[in-house]
Amino acid sequence: MSAVREEKLVQWDPVDIKAKLIAKYPPKVARKRAKQIMINEALENETPEITANVRTIPGIITMRGCTYAGCKGVIMGPTRDIVNLVHGPIGCSFYAWLTRRNQTDPGENGDNYIPYAFSTDMQEQDIIFGGEKKLELAIQEAYDTFHPKSIAIFATCPVGLIGDDIHTVASTMKEKLGDCNVYAFSCEGYKGVSQSAGHHIANNQVFRHIVGENDEVKPGEFKINLLGEYNIGGDGFEIDRIFAKCGITCISTFSGNATYDQFASAHTADLNAVMCHRSINYVADMLETKYGIPWIKVNFIGAESTAKSLRKIARYFDNTDLIDRVEKVIAEEMPEVEAAAADVRKRTDGKTAMLFVGASRAHHYQGLFSEMGMKVISAGYEFAHRDDYEGRQVLPLKLDADSRNIEELEVVADETRFRPRKSPEELAALEEQGLDFEKYDGLIRDMDENTLIIDDLNQYEAEKLVELMKPDIFCAGIKEKFSIMKLGVPMKQLHSYDSGGPYAGFKGAVNFYHEIDRLTSSKVWSYLKAPWQENPELTAAYVWE
Amino acid sequence: MLLRHTPKEVTERKGLVINPAKTCQPIGAMYAALGIHGCLPHSHGSQGCCAYHRSTLTRHYKEPISAATSSFTEGASVFGGQSNLLQAINNIFSVYEPTVIAVHTTCLSETIGDDIPQIRKKAIMEGKIPEGSYVIGASTPSYSGSHVTGFSTMVKSMVEFSEKSEKKNGRVNIIPGWVEPSDMEEIKRMAALTGVETIMFPDTSGVLNGPMTGEYKMFPDGGTTVEELKSTGDSIGTLALGEWCSAAAARELDKKCKVPCKVLDMPFGLQATDRFVDALRTIAGVSVSDELAFERGQLVDLITDMHQYFYKKKVAIAGDPDQVISMVEFLISIDMCPVHIITGTPGKKFEKRIAELTEGLDYEVNVKAKGDLFLLHQWIKNEPVDLLICNSYGKYIARDEDVPLMRWGFPILDRQGHQYFPTVGYKGGLRLLETILGLLLDRKDRDDPETSFELVQ
Repeated sequence: MSAVREEKLVQWDPVDIKAKLIAKYPPKVARKRAKQIMINEALENETPEITANVRTIPGIITMRGCTYAGCKGVIMGPTRDIVNLVHGPIGCSFYAWLTRRNQTDPGENGDNYIPYAFSTDMQEQDIIFGGEKKLELAIQEAYDTFHPKSIAIFATCPVGLIGDDIHTVASTMKEKLGDCNVYAFSCEGYKGVSQSAGHHIANNQVFRHIVGENDEVKPGEFKINLLGEYNIGGDGFEIDRIFAKCGITCISTFSGNATYDQFASAHTADLNAVMCHRSINYVADMLETKYGIPWIKVNFIGAESTAKSLRKIARYFDNTDLIDRVEKVIAEEMPEVEAAAADVRKRTDGKTAMLFVGASRAHHYQGLFSEMGMKVISAGYEFAHRDDYEGRQVLPLKLDADSRNIEELEVVADETRFRPRKSPEELAALEEQGLDFEKYDGLIRDMDENTLIIDDLNQYEAEKLVELMKPDIFCAGIKEKFSIMKLGVPMKQLHSYDSGGPYAGFKGAVNFYHEIDRLTSSKVWSYLKAPWQENPELTAAYVWE
Repeated sequence: MLLRHTPKEVTERKGLVINPAKTCQPIGAMYAALGIHGCLPHSHGSQGCCAYHRSTLTRHYKEPISAATSSFTEGASVFGGQSNLLQAINNIFSVYEPTVIAVHTTCLSETIGDDIPQIRKKAIMEGKIPEGSYVIGASTPSYSGSHVTGFSTMVKSMVEFSEKSEKKNGRVNIIPGWVEPSDMEEIKRMAALTGVETIMFPDTSGVLNGPMTGEYKMFPDGGTTVEELKSTGDSIGTLALGEWCSAAAARELDKKCKVPCKVLDMPFGLQATDRFVDALRTIAGVSVSDELAFERGQLVDLITDMHQYFYKKKVAIAGDPDQVISMVEFLISIDMCPVHIITGTPGKKFEKRIAELTEGLDYEVNVKAKGDLFLLHQWIKNEPVDLLICNSYGKYIARDEDVPLMRWGFPILDRQGHQYFPTVGYKGGLRLLETILGLLLDRKDRDDPETSFELVQ
């Protein structure tokens, strides 16, 4: 056993680690960070409070991005037949161009604007005199060139500051063009405290301008929407494959490989299955209030979670055929998964991981690691709210100055289309059988006692944490990747998966086992020291006579 | 087809840019600042800017990119970002202990009119900048110029360090422009071969092509030191490589410390490299070494050997002005035909320069500054080419039109090696030729019928 490995077996003291993480900070920073670093003491029914969704500290190198990134990059970016037009200087559109690995399958003749970046490329005179005219022109030119069914406008920082009224431009152009739905997102980067505000803004506008536009009833017996699945590395395709095999019809995915029409028909589904709670729970709540569609939390990351989620969906529809079919699919898929897990466990058992990503992946991926016999010793989210850590029972959260600025849609039951999919009695009966609606218990309860849960982990803390706790693998995003690797620790991107995937569903689980096995068992990490560095002392025997 | 909606017919667009061939100023400022030893770039704006720039630079260089941000909130955007920047300066010096913080602005802080020099003054007055540490600033609004302008502006800000003493230091300043760390290393090697002592700024070699040792250094060993930057005022002259990237700093240094400067093209290809070596020799008063002359001869040798494959081959090229100008000259020098030429960076002088280089050629050349890859693609649809030279975004055009692609420029997101293998100078020229020939012959081998498929080429 190598020295590194032995050292790792020494049990760390979480209190000591926490103290070391904040020791170097100026007092104000240390006080604030202390509230976002939690030593897990979760009990059965009670979780301690963590501070989350608060402002990033200026100068402290954060992992977070901005509201625009959450709105355009995360939520609307994966849609393929909407022209996503960014109103602003060129950079914002450029950086969000094909960088998130959202896969799409438009078929032979389908619309696909994902490989395109559209921008008004605002110049100094637009900032001085206003950019509305240029935006109008850009919309017209996009329409004339592509004739898309829909154009979405995204505001970048200066747009809000100079007061361009993008919503009026959008509605004017919608009317002028006639057959193209145009709407705008006020997702200036300075709003909110992270990407999270952008998710909310995106959800509101999709719900306001697209959902409910198409009442046509789509074929299918068991119709659901999959919310919060972005088809990174083809995750959505694997989930679609499993749904198809089970006989479950997905009306709309929000928003991996999604089309305008999928969103427009979302209200015709009978169940909403929520993957990423943070980015999309708003839509689930609104679909329930306005159209009467209940929602359940699912997770298709990890084979066991996938099986559990499929069973939940089948239980909801309460149909023997579906229940049997789901069991059959699980029985068919699991042997390959179990064989792969058994193989990698020979090497991965007992190894440790750290996960700092998103606001669901740091939780969802724990299942995969536990299937490999690995232990997550520290985790946290980049842009979560308290409910993602502690569970939805903490809702409603007190609004602070930053959250108050993000619009909250007032939604009421649709006069003609509100149709409760289940009666209160049916819902109660299902709940009795263990099917929880609108429930998410958060990350904290699934983590062991004395693990460290850290919100908005920054560059300095990440480095310290890795030095002190020496995990076998660290998972975060591209910005963190190479500083961790320089420390000699394998790093896996869990935003964009580096170049891998899919990691969802059954086939994804197998892919992930192999990938983590490759990373944590590889010999490439053993070359860090040259022979003369390992044995610097020259002895006579080494000297040429 | 990936770019299935791109029509062949070109229509004029006045409001809409599609598939840009440029990005915004701050990322260039960030890259430049990484070329100062012990420097932490700082983005004064929303945290998304910093996240995007760090991500893009990381994807290109495959190295850690550390940079901080003022993390503007809605309040800061209304009341000004002074308190955020002061707080950031304090936190950065306490936690990361850099020698220099290089602040660049964004469209957000420029629109609200934050005054960096004034905020710096306040930071100094409040004792937030430790002894021996520095804060420099560059105004880099995203709504003018491009990433190239931002690079140039940050390099110009570095001139602030320069000091003029009584005594010349006998060295030549070289401002390399936005090239790869490997290119900077190669330029220094060529200067050393010529026997010229140099100060290169910025210098990302050893910063963004660092080794794996098991140790993470937030501030790697490379980069131009503050001492060297101070000494630039005493140099005998400055060679600025690239009008767009480097001239502003060289002229500023001339103005401030009377260090004479010469603005050259970036040394890509035979002739631009010749001019660089010749200028270096003249300014330092030395003769060119035999080694360098030998390397030149090797490049000429390869050109003559390979010429049969290059002759009359059509090329489309998109990239940054300084790079594209030198590359166009190189392509013409080996009898390839650059027929479509685009840069995203605005400025009519680019078109003028290309017109000069392509004057008298017996074929039409399409050229546009402030162009985009959508237009380039349309041009290619109208007049197909044998080779596309572009950053990684060109791969979509290359696949749809079945054209070989040489990845060159910024950003390269899907291949590695550019950090390590230079394309400047005579040695770099060899690599460019090898790459181009490989692409052309791989295509020929793929397309040739079995009857004319040949072993020897």
